[in-house]
Formats: sequence, structure tokens, C-alpha cells
Amino acid sequence: MMAALSVSRSSFGLLNGFRTSFRTSFRSLGQVKHGAVAAAVLPTNLQRDSRWYSVSHLSVKERIDKKRTSALAGGGQMRIDAQHKKGKLTARERVELLLDPESFVESDMFVEHRCSDFGMEQDRNKFPGDSVVTGRGRINGRLVYVFSQDFTVFGGSLSGAHAQKICKIMDQAMTVGAPVIGLNDSGGARIQEGVESLAGYADIFLRNVLASGVVPQISLIMGPCAGGAVYSPALTDFTFMVKDTSYLFITGPDVVKSVTNEDVTQEELGGAKTHTTVSGVAHHAFENDVEALLNMREFFNFLPLSNKDPAPIRECHDSSERLVHSLDTIVPFETTKAYDMLDIVKTIVDESDFFEIMPNYAKNIVVGFARMNGRTVGIVGNQPKVASGCLDINSSVKGARFVRFCDAFNIPIITFVDVPGFLPGTAQEYGGIIRHGAKLLYAFAEATVPKITIITRKAYGGAYDVMSSKHLRGDVNYAWPTAEVAVMGAKGAVQIIFRGKENQAEAEAEYVEKFANPFPAAVRGFVDDIIEPSTTRKKICRDLEVLASKKQINPWKKHANIPL
Amino acid sequence: MAAHRVSPSLNRLLFAVKYASFQSGCCAVHCNAQYSTIHTPSEKTFDKILIANRGEIACRVMKTCHKMGIQTVAVHSDVDSSAVHVKMADEAVCVGPAPTSKSYLNMDAIMDAIRVTGAQAVHPGYGFLSENKEFAKRLAAEGVAFIGPDTHAIMAMGDKIESKLIAKAANVNTIPGYDGVVKTAEEAVKIAQDIGYPVMIKASAGGGGKGMRIAWNAEETREGFRFSSQEAASSFGDDRLLIEKFIDNPRHIEIQVLADKHGNALWLNERECSIQRRNQKVVEEAPSTFLDPVTRRAMGEQAVQLAKAVQYSSAGTVEFLVDSQKNFYFLEMNTRLQVEHPITECITGLDLVEQMIRVAKGYQLQHKQEDIPINGWAIESRVYAEDPYKSFGLPSIGRLSKYQEPLNLRNVRVDSGIQEGSDISIYYDPMISKLVTYGATRAEALDRMEEALDNYVIRGVTHNIPLLREIITHPRFIAGDISTNFLPEVYPDGFKGHQLDIDTRRELLASAAALYITAQIRSQKVLGDLRVSSSPLECSRWELCAQLEDGSHSVGVTKSGNVYTVEVDGGKVEVSGQWNLASPLLPLTINGTHRTLQCLSRDASGRILLQYLGTSFKVRVLSKLAAEFNSYMPEKVPEDTSSILRSPMPGTVVAVSVKPGDPVAEGQEICVIEAMKMQNSLTAVKQAKVKSVHCKPGETVGEGDLLVELE
Repeated sequence: MMAALSVSRSSFGLLNGFRTSFRTSFRSLGQVKHGAVAAAVLPTNLQRDSRWYSVSHLSVKERIDKKRTSALAGGGQMRIDAQHKKGKLTARERVELLLDPESFVESDMFVEHRCSDFGMEQDRNKFPGDSVVTGRGRINGRLVYVFSQDFTVFGGSLSGAHAQKICKIMDQAMTVGAPVIGLNDSGGARIQEGVESLAGYADIFLRNVLASGVVPQISLIMGPCAGGAVYSPALTDFTFMVKDTSYLFITGPDVVKSVTNEDVTQEELGGAKTHTTVSGVAHHAFENDVEALLNMREFFNFLPLSNKDPAPIRECHDSSERLVHSLDTIVPFETTKAYDMLDIVKTIVDESDFFEIMPNYAKNIVVGFARMNGRTVGIVGNQPKVASGCLDINSSVKGARFVRFCDAFNIPIITFVDVPGFLPGTAQEYGGIIRHGAKLLYAFAEATVPKITIITRKAYGGAYDVMSSKHLRGDVNYAWPTAEVAVMGAKGAVQIIFRGKENQAEAEAEYVEKFANPFPAAVRGFVDDIIEPSTTRKKICRDLEVLASKKQINPWKKHANIPL
Repeated sequence: MAAHRVSPSLNRLLFAVKYASFQSGCCAVHCNAQYSTIHTPSEKTFDKILIANRGEIACRVMKTCHKMGIQTVAVHSDVDSSAVHVKMADEAVCVGPAPTSKSYLNMDAIMDAIRVTGAQAVHPGYGFLSENKEFAKRLAAEGVAFIGPDTHAIMAMGDKIESKLIAKAANVNTIPGYDGVVKTAEEAVKIAQDIGYPVMIKASAGGGGKGMRIAWNAEETREGFRFSSQEAASSFGDDRLLIEKFIDNPRHIEIQVLADKHGNALWLNERECSIQRRNQKVVEEAPSTFLDPVTRRAMGEQAVQLAKAVQYSSAGTVEFLVDSQKNFYFLEMNTRLQVEHPITECITGLDLVEQMIRVAKGYQLQHKQEDIPINGWAIESRVYAEDPYKSFGLPSIGRLSKYQEPLNLRNVRVDSGIQEGSDISIYYDPMISKLVTYGATRAEALDRMEEALDNYVIRGVTHNIPLLREIITHPRFIAGDISTNFLPEVYPDGFKGHQLDIDTRRELLASAAALYITAQIRSQKVLGDLRVSSSPLECSRWELCAQLEDGSHSVGVTKSGNVYTVEVDGGKVEVSGQWNLASPLLPLTINGTHRTLQCLSRDASGRILLQYLGTSFKVRVLSKLAAEFNSYMPEKVPEDTSSILRSPMPGTVVAVSVKPGDPVAEGQEICVIEAMKMQNSLTAVKQAKVKSVHCKPGETVGEGDLLVELE
């Protein structure tokens, strides 16, 4: 099998060398239950004799060999071929591509399921390693723990043993302080095991929760993930999906049909498109397994290993002193005209390399990772191109979750502000814009990582306060010459201040003169400086250098109570 | 940026040219004049000039004004308020909204701007009001100097029918044809039959290839008549047409003339402008490889005769068609500064704008005919924001997210009116710049052009550099074997970009693989103190798979220092360079030859878009393992485009010829999109029934917008 892993390869060599000697001494252990292996190899005559009749004639050496071979083959060639036919890689192929060559160290290859009902105890229903591959490895030299569910073994269903394997590497990841990447491809609970399987899920959920904010957790959905299983990805920091082959739903189309009489396909119900554009459950979708895994390697590079590590710094070829001339003309003269915030972000960050999170959901806010002079930063920006860049329920939640991730993992946050306010309307009010909007406010306010804010144009009303303002402990707050910090736009303001008066146009002009510029905020020290847009990159890089040693601690609490 | 030199000898002039270009790196505005001047500071001209134009030509004129100590006034539309020409000017006046008819063609507003600023003269540039007799008249009425010929010359030469009669009278060779107004399509067919096919139908008031159609039979004549009169009406407000014999395989060679108000006229040699697409020039050079001194003199003298016949003053251009026997025929006279004037400046050392200003003030010419040299060779490439893969260039729009002119090279002049961050909009001409290179010989100028095109960084809009580079390196072009049919003859199936051969494919793949490895190695370079130590891979040889459109190639890479040795398809390529992953330019040495590639994009999935030999190539580099796994990945079925008609460019829908339910034949016109004043007829690619129509006349559409669906 081509996906044979390095560890196993080298082990074979070792084992083969010892084969003969093992054969003579231990020819016993054939079909013992897995949990008994340790006891079985105790070299007492009694045990050897007592098992003589129940086991095969293979030596332990040969049996190890056989088990490993069998583990590597997963559910067998037929099922592997079927997996390939679906355009999917096998669990082991995925691990091999995700990690650096020769770096995977597998654990629990010999673990088997413990179910004895419904004929599951039969030999042909035992697969060494069961339906998940677990272990640790390196991505670009950096440590990571990985589990990869094996669809070729019982459809990747989750047995008690399967869960136990996942929990083991999660516990190790927590002890060491290294991220966990889960590659999900599972039909769901191992029904034959009943409650054991449910317990397994809960064990994983608990660890997901405990690890949250301690080590980065990433889920890559590469096949089905349905029922209770979906809550593990949901608890992790990032959920990525593969287009056309992955699904996430609580209940499948059949159940939906029987309960609500809705006709819906798997793809419509829980496909990559649904979750990256409509529900906001997933953070990104990739074309296929290979692209997804290669992108995971790239994405992983942005993340620190744990909450004890600073944001990583990668060798940078882009000068931190680089001036970005195109920014001097990017904000249009007409305040109502849109521009693309991504143009600003991409020209400011290192090498235009921006890993956008949720690019197709709540597009009125842009969030993602980039680097400044090699150091990972989180970027948050209002997107004037979509809904004028206003804040609404979805964009607030999207922004808040991202800001909290950055804060949890010591990633500085750079915020680009062009926000006309919160979106008005019954849909928003009934939907709870008040409590959802509060999430973003909360996230920015509690964040203690370096926070740099650039007001490119509008910063109106409460949304100004929310967007990492000086008042929320922004470390460096800049305004471009095109910035306007005000309670609202000129027209609305004039209608209130000069209600009923004539000469509204004149009053409007006066208001614009007074407030539609960065001075009112600058004279009060609410922005630290008014800067030429072309110098933005240079200034941010210098500020980050200084802020690297920022120390800020929030008051002790058991945990904070973010308005959920 | 031209050096100030007072009356140098002509040899020194050439030196001045080189000097000027050498200094260009520190030029504040990215424009570099490849001409010197014999400007006499004591010669008083105007205090303030208004430039009634935009873009590169406005900047070009201002540069000379600055040099001559003349104040400048820019006019601009509202969308142009932060344009380069506005920033360059001492004063700027907004003359209206974006559409040209409301701003740059808005005579009332421009006259107001002149009054408000007190400009004493107006330079009209080219296009817009440059050949508008009405405008010239109004200026004269207010006592403002028009930097161009007098009204009567504009009138005489502006009308193609009249100009031909005048030319005939002045003993200038003319093309057989019908000199008169054609009223109906049937009349056009009859005239065409009299002259004999092929015939050219063109707008009497036109220029720049607009409103021009060639017809080879009666049906095409009718269609051409319809199109030309429509375009003429929309572009010039004048739908008169003329029909003349179309000269097959002709060269387009023009003579630059310069005349003063005292009856003196000079010819400043020729410009070869045969490389055209849809009758618009793409690459020009001076001098022409085709002319011998005798023909050159004959053409020059006829051009001067014509100028004198209309009492021409200022700079002007007499266009000729030249057949393979070196017979030349008068085509038209452009009574303005031509787009391609820089190449004449390069070989003669004259600053034409300066001469125009002097002449407008009433000074006599400073030169005699025998003073006009041909020094070296100059080539101009018109760099356009357009997609050369669609009919040799359909307009593209966008924002120049990154823009870097190759001014670090010697003997390169770039006339542009845009900068990084500028928008190329649907309202104006999509020209990005005029890239001019100069050399003592044609070969030198061509080599420099090649280098300049490779070093020209343009991001954010589609551009025609792939086509330009293919043209200037094509054996026929190098041999000087060209005609106005060059493009359709060389690329009968349309332009497809540079075609790789075994060696160039290897070079491309090797460069891509080396870049990929550079990025891979860099990914492992995590700096700072690490709590958990990193264990980067120590690797000295990589087995990769590089995919191009034509399939997969096995690639083996070894690295030592900055040098990669790459084995591709059994051949060995050595690539070295600085390998800066942030730089758009990749100056490499490939097997000992220096080549500049550009990295247009690079992603995590190994996709690298490289501009190599002008053309951008999609390469996908994967590790052996990833490539093997990739073979299991299903091909995603692309959308069936044969039943979907999308707009090939941004523009306005002029006409929709079908409605849902209509049957259409293959090749039948479905709708017409107008962009940058060009009408483009979109046709059905198969016989089908119209399913739905998603656009209506008058609507603005973007590139790729769905227009019509077929069943």
C-alpha cells in the first residue's frame, strides 16, 4: 500500500530481523482479545501451555508484523478503492500528505474495538487501530497532534476505542502544548456499541472544551460528519470543509423529510457551500482533499503552538519599511462610493499573503491571518463593498469569534475601520443585534494582545466604539486623512440638530466641515496620529516591534461571561 | 525629465538623450523623456497653458511646460480628481462628470476654466477637442492661443473627403475611391462595385480606426455601412462615410511634419505604424526598415507640400499607405500631436511639444531640413489594459494594485498618466502607457524593448504585454517583413500567447520548481525562541511533479546556495537568482542567460502563475506524493459555456437582437456591447433557441456577466 508510513516501514525491518528467534520462543498468541495482549506475553509456562491450543502457530514477531500490515491496510483494498473512487484519500494518505515526510509517529496502532455484540467480536470484524489513525508529527518542522478517521473501517464510525485513541492524543497535545488537527470522515456513532459510542463522543467534547484556548484545534471535514459528531468540530477553533465530499448536519435528509416534510439534498442541507455561505458553521471550503491538506499546512504556519507561545515569526522577504503608494488614492472622494477593503489588507501585509477566514459568509466584515514583517497578525476590517461595511448580527459574531481566537493565542490584532454603523431594521432587532453586536464589543474590549486600529474612512456611532477604538484599550489608533469619526453621517445629524430649520444644506456643509474629518478625534487623543496611507505598513511594523513586549492582565475571574 | 542643453551639436544631442534616461530613476513622476531640447530660456512664450486632455498626453505636455517655466492648468472629470495629470499641474479645474461628452468634450466648461485660470493658451493633446474646429474657433474668439494648426487647416484636413481633394490638388499621391457622402447601404454597394473589392468604408470625420470597416463583398458592405455610420454617429456626431479602394497588404507609414506661421515647413522623417489591430496601432518604430532615402525624401516632400498647401502650422502627421512596390498613397493628415510622437523625438532629438508651443506663439522654426537627423532607432509599444487573447485586445478594467515601470533600464522612456493605485475605468481609453526604447541600432532598441517588457510590473488589470513581446520577437517583425495585416497573418486563429518549445518549457518548469522549493524552505524558517523546538527537514534533493497545460513533468531539484540544478524531462537546467519571495520580479540566470520572470501569484496548493517571455503560464508544482494523490481527485466539470453568452469585457449594452424563444443560427448576432467607443458584436457559437435574456440596451455590464442563455 502506497501510504505506508515511515514508522511502520522501519519497524518492519527491525521485526524481520528478529523473526526466527521469536518464532521458537513464543508461538502462541493468535486470537486473544486485544486488551489481554500484555498479560499474554508474560513468559510463564502455565500461560504458554494454557494458550497453546487456542492460538495460531505464528510467533509474536510475526503477529506484530501481521497486525501492522493489517492496520496499514485499514478496511482493505476494496474499501480503499471505493474511497479513491469517491475522490477521497484514505485516512493514512491524508496524514501522510498533511505532515512532513517521515515525521508521523503513530500511536495505538494495535487498539481494537471491544464490542462483542452482533457478531462484532468475530475476527473479520476486528481491525487493528480500529476506525481512526492517531499520532503526532510535524508541519514545516513544528509539532502537531493529528487524528484521521478511517472511513474504510466501519465507515469511520466512532467506537469506544476510536474515541479513546482520539482522547489520548488530545491529552498529550495538552500536556505538551501543541495543536490538534482532526481529519473527520465518519458515518457517526458505532451503533453496535450503543452508549459506549455516545460516551466516547462526550469524552472528546470535554477535551475539546478543556483544550479550547489552550492549544489551537482545527477540524477538517473530509467526508460525512453527522449527528452528535458535529459538535466536536463545532467546539474547535476552525472548521474547514472539502467541497462536494463533506457534509455536516445534525440530522440527515431522510430524517428531515420525515419530521418536517422538507425535501433537501445532503449538499443543500450540510454541504461545504451551505456551511461557508449560509450557516457560518465552516470557515473555509477547499476543492478537494489534496488542496485542503496543502492549505492546512499553510494555515498551520500562522498559528502558535499553544497559548504559552507568542505569535510565530517566519523569515520575511518583504521590507517592513515598504511604502504602499496605491493606498494614497484608494479611498474614493465620494463618501458613498465603495472600495475593496481586501485591496488595503493585501497591499499592507507581507507578500500579499492573506489567509481569509469565512470569505463567503458575512462578507461585510473581513477577517483572517497575515504576517507583518514575518509575525502572524489577525486582520479585522469592515468591507465597504458589501452592505457598506455595516455591522450586523452575522458580521459581529464572525468578527467576535476571530478576535477571541487571536487574543487567546497571542496574535496581535490589526483593525481597519470603515463602518457606517449597525444595520437597522426589524430583522436585525428581532434577531438580537443588541446581544450579538455586544459580542464583538466584548471581544475587542477584553483582548489584551497588541491592538492597532486604522480608521480609513467612516467610524460612525456605536460601531466606532466597537471597532477596537482607543476607549477599548487600543494600543495604537491611526486615522487616515479621509477618516470621519462622528456620531452619524452629516445628513442625519443635521436633520436632528437643525430640525425644522431652513438652510439644511448650509448646516450640512457646516457639519461636514466640523466632523467629516479626523480632527475631532485627533484633538481629543482618540486617535494617536493622522497618517499618510502609504506609510501604514511601515508604521504598523514598527508598532508591533514595540508592542511585542506588551503585558496587560484582566481582573481575575473564573471565566468571563460573554453575552452568548 | 529632459536635460537643459543650449544648442548642442547633434552628436551631443544623442548623449543628452542617454543622459536623460540614465537619470530617470530619481524622476518623481514616472515618465522619462527620451529627448533633449534646444530651449532658449530667453525666448518668451506663454505664462500659463491649459491642457485640455487627460492621461499620459496631458502629463507629457506638462513636462515640457515645466521645463519651459510655463504654469500649467489641468482640467479633469470628477472621477479623475486624483489622477496623475491633476497632481502634476499647478492648477486644476473639474469640468464635469465622468462621461467624456460631459467633461473633456464639454467646451463650455473648458472655456470657463480658461477664463477662471487666465490661461493664455490651450494644448489639446490628441483625441477629445484636438481636431475640433469649433473649439479652435471659440478659443480664437476669446484671444486664447490654440497650440495646434489654424482653424482652416483643421477644417481642411479634418474632413477625409475634402482632405483628399486638397491632397490631389497639391500633387500628393492618393488612393482611388469615391470622394463623397454615401447615403444608403445600397449606394455604398454600388460604389464599392465600381471601385472593385476590397473596399474600405470609413467615417468622414473619423480617426483612430473608429467607424472603419473593410468589405470584401456586397453583404459585408451593407453591414459595414451600418456599423460605420452608427459608430461615426456615436463617436463624432457625424455619420457621413466615404468608400475607397482597400490596398491589400499595405504598410502604414507616416511622416511627421512641423510648420510655423511663416510658411516654413519641415519633415521629421517617418514612423512605421504597420502593426495594428482593428486599425489601431500597437507597435510603432522610427525609422522604418522599409524606406530607402529616395522614398523617404519623396514622401517627406509630398507631406511638406500638403502642409504648405493648407498653410499648416504646428506639428502634424501625414499618413500614407505604402504598398510592396514602395508606391505610397496619402491616407489622411492628423492635425495634432500623434500618440506615437515620442519615437520621432528619440531619433531627431526635438521636443515636439516645445516646438508646438513656440510655433503657437509665432516664432519661426529653429531648424532647417538638413538639420534633421536620424539618430539611432526607437520603438514604441502601446501598453494597453486589454486582453490580447480576445481579438488581439478587448478592453479590461480594474485598479492597478501594483505598478512599476521599467525605468531602471537605460534608454527607456515611459509616457504614462497613471500610477500604482490608479483605476482604469470604462470611461476612457484603456491605454496604460507608451513604452519607448531607444538604441544606436534597431537590434539594440529591440533587445531593450524585450528587457523593458519583462521588467514592467502591472497587476490588477489584464494587459497586452504578452502580445507586445511576441510581436517584437517574431522573426517576421525582426526581419522588417510586416504589413497592416501582420497580426491576422501571423496569428490566423487568434493570439494564443508564447508557444513553448522543449528548451523554454524546461526553463519555465525549472524556474517554477526552484521558486516552489524556495518557498518550501522558507516555510520552515521560524524565528525567535521556541518553547517546543522545531525540526525542519534537512533535504538536498527534491522529487517533484510539475504540471503545465500539456501534462505532467517529472522534476528533480538539487540546491546549493542560491543555485538550483533542476532536471526536467531528461534535461538539466541551472537556475540562480536572489529568490526574493516578496518581489514581483524574478531576475534569474537560467543556464547562464539572464532572464527576468515575474511571479504573478503563488498559492498553498502549488499553483504558480509565472510571466515568462511575456506570457503568463500556469504551473502547478507538487511533491511526488501529492501528485500521486492528486490523481485520485476528480476533475470538476466546468460550466458548459456554449449555451451561455457572457460579456467578454466591461461596457454598455447597445443592442439586444434576440428575445427568449427566438431560434438563432451559429454566428448570428445576439447583442452588441460598446466599450471605449468600440462596438463589439457578440454572436451565437451554436445553433440553438434563446432560453433567457439577462441584459437590456443601455445597461452597464461587467466582464463575465451573463448576457444571454441558450437552450
